[in-house]
Amino acid sequence: MGMTITEKIIAAHTESKQLRAGDFAKAARPDICLANDITAPVAIEEFEKAGFEKLHDPGTVVLVPDHFTPNKDIKSAQQAALLRTFARKHGVEHYFEVGRMGIEHALLPEAGIVVPGDLVIGADSHTCTYGALGAFSTGVGSTDMAACYATGTVWLRVPESIKFVFHGDLRKYVSGKDLILYTIGRIGVDGALYKAMEFTGPTIRQLPMDARQTVCNMAIEAGGKSGIIEPDDITREYVEGRARRTPTFYNSDPDAQYCREYDYDVSKISPQVALPHLPENARPVEEVSGTKIDQVVIGSCTNGRISDIRQAARIISGRQVHRDVRLIVIPATQEVYKASIEEGLVTIFIDAGAAFSTPTCGPCLGGHMGILAEGERCLATTNRNFVGRMGHPKSEVYLAGPAVAAASAIAGKIVHPDEIA
Amino acid sequence: MMEGTARKFGDDVNTDEIIPARYLNTTDPDELAGHCMEDSDPDFIKNVQPGDFIVAGENFGCGSSREHAPIAIKSAKIAAVIAKSFARIFYRNAINIGLPIVESADAAQDIDDGDKIKLDLTAGIIENATKGKQYKALPFPEEMQEIINAGGLMEFIKKQAK
Repeated sequence: MGMTITEKIIAAHTESKQLRAGDFAKAARPDICLANDITAPVAIEEFEKAGFEKLHDPGTVVLVPDHFTPNKDIKSAQQAALLRTFARKHGVEHYFEVGRMGIEHALLPEAGIVVPGDLVIGADSHTCTYGALGAFSTGVGSTDMAACYATGTVWLRVPESIKFVFHGDLRKYVSGKDLILYTIGRIGVDGALYKAMEFTGPTIRQLPMDARQTVCNMAIEAGGKSGIIEPDDITREYVEGRARRTPTFYNSDPDAQYCREYDYDVSKISPQVALPHLPENARPVEEVSGTKIDQVVIGSCTNGRISDIRQAARIISGRQVHRDVRLIVIPATQEVYKASIEEGLVTIFIDAGAAFSTPTCGPCLGGHMGILAEGERCLATTNRNFVGRMGHPKSEVYLAGPAVAAASAIAGKIVHPDEIA
Repeated sequence: MMEGTARKFGDDVNTDEIIPARYLNTTDPDELAGHCMEDSDPDFIKNVQPGDFIVAGENFGCGSSREHAPIAIKSAKIAAVIAKSFARIFYRNAINIGLPIVESADAAQDIDDGDKIKLDLTAGIIENATKGKQYKALPFPEEMQEIINAGGLMEFIKKQAK
């Protein structure tokens, strides 16, 4: 019987080499274990409290202070200081200070720290992003991280896989965000609980790497353990010149076992918008057209990559942000920021009356840089629209891709990009 | 045997509700407990008694990986969380830090807010004293039971290292 790409990667990181869905890997060995300024402090405390003094392998440890940085208050500064001190003490090479920092899940692929075939754990739920490169990557907690610091291992149950086959050419303005919102809208926020979501089909094969990362990024929003796309020429082209280690390209066998399969013709779907307060409330944008908004955020680990910023800039160019709307644009990394400057995109946003920020997770989780007041409504290219996610418990978040976000910032209300053309 | 009152919640209780991100600039368990379930029920922490149970529907603890969520619940002295199902990162975090969690669709469906609950974790039996009913908990896989028995993941790996 054949194996899925997920089974192959996990098996390759254990001693047994023959693991199947449902099997328990007591001590899988991750290539990379990642934590941030919210999750690493708990991990560091657990590690030290348990009496461990040495990291099993500092080369696998990645620390990215991205959530509340540049430090939003004294308490956040203390947490960031804890990471910094820990990184220095243990010789952690992959520590990214403000100025070199980016949003972790955009930064790691871009910097070639994660490569195809890797097993990655991250104390951040959106760690599932790296499946876009053909890596198995999954979110864990801080104690998992502490244990991995000490032992170099993690416990994992090998997940069953669900196959999502996408076919059909995408309409204008429809991209990775719309594919994943559409999928979550179909299967629900627990539709893939504990499962690996394997995305495939002709549409995925055409999808650029940035959009693939957006798709895999939100696997967790369907309850998935991971999202994954078999690597191909697009993957190879992306990792060339970036990869810091030798990639391994795994594929699912033709007779691999899937617990479910979905087949979506996406040639007819519109840009999607997820209504409060769950990502599964996805609708075609036409159904919510006219909904007034107070703020638009373009950025995050979901949609803060250069192609997202470019798509938004094309729509914003030569227009003005609506006077009742605050548009906040946050490039995910320094490289994206620099490219935005060099390509003249920052000028487009500033001329339109938008704020353009240094990289941070910031408003996505209601941290800083764009918190909502009571009764305010935000359209964001981020990943969660839970109650109070971006601020006041009585504020609302709508989720969409960069094209709808940019057009809506101009219109002052949610619109299809065609409506402002 | 644990005894306490049920505090009932719905499906898809997410970690932003359990502990909003605005409080994640600390790791202090007591401070986190003070804001437990705040955006879902601002009076929860005022009303909850040590030993009470959180009872919820499907997908409890969905969303972020923040371990602050089970820490806040444990530190608010909740005896255990009983749910129809758990989101996976919350599930492993709870096991890793020694917060008792119980998967039982029957119990989660049947128990109402305010019901008096008894839980025998070892036997996997939930008793509803108010309704005079019993429910079975889904047993943990052996490998996870080992971590639970050790009192959490760090204790487990310390034992392994010896």
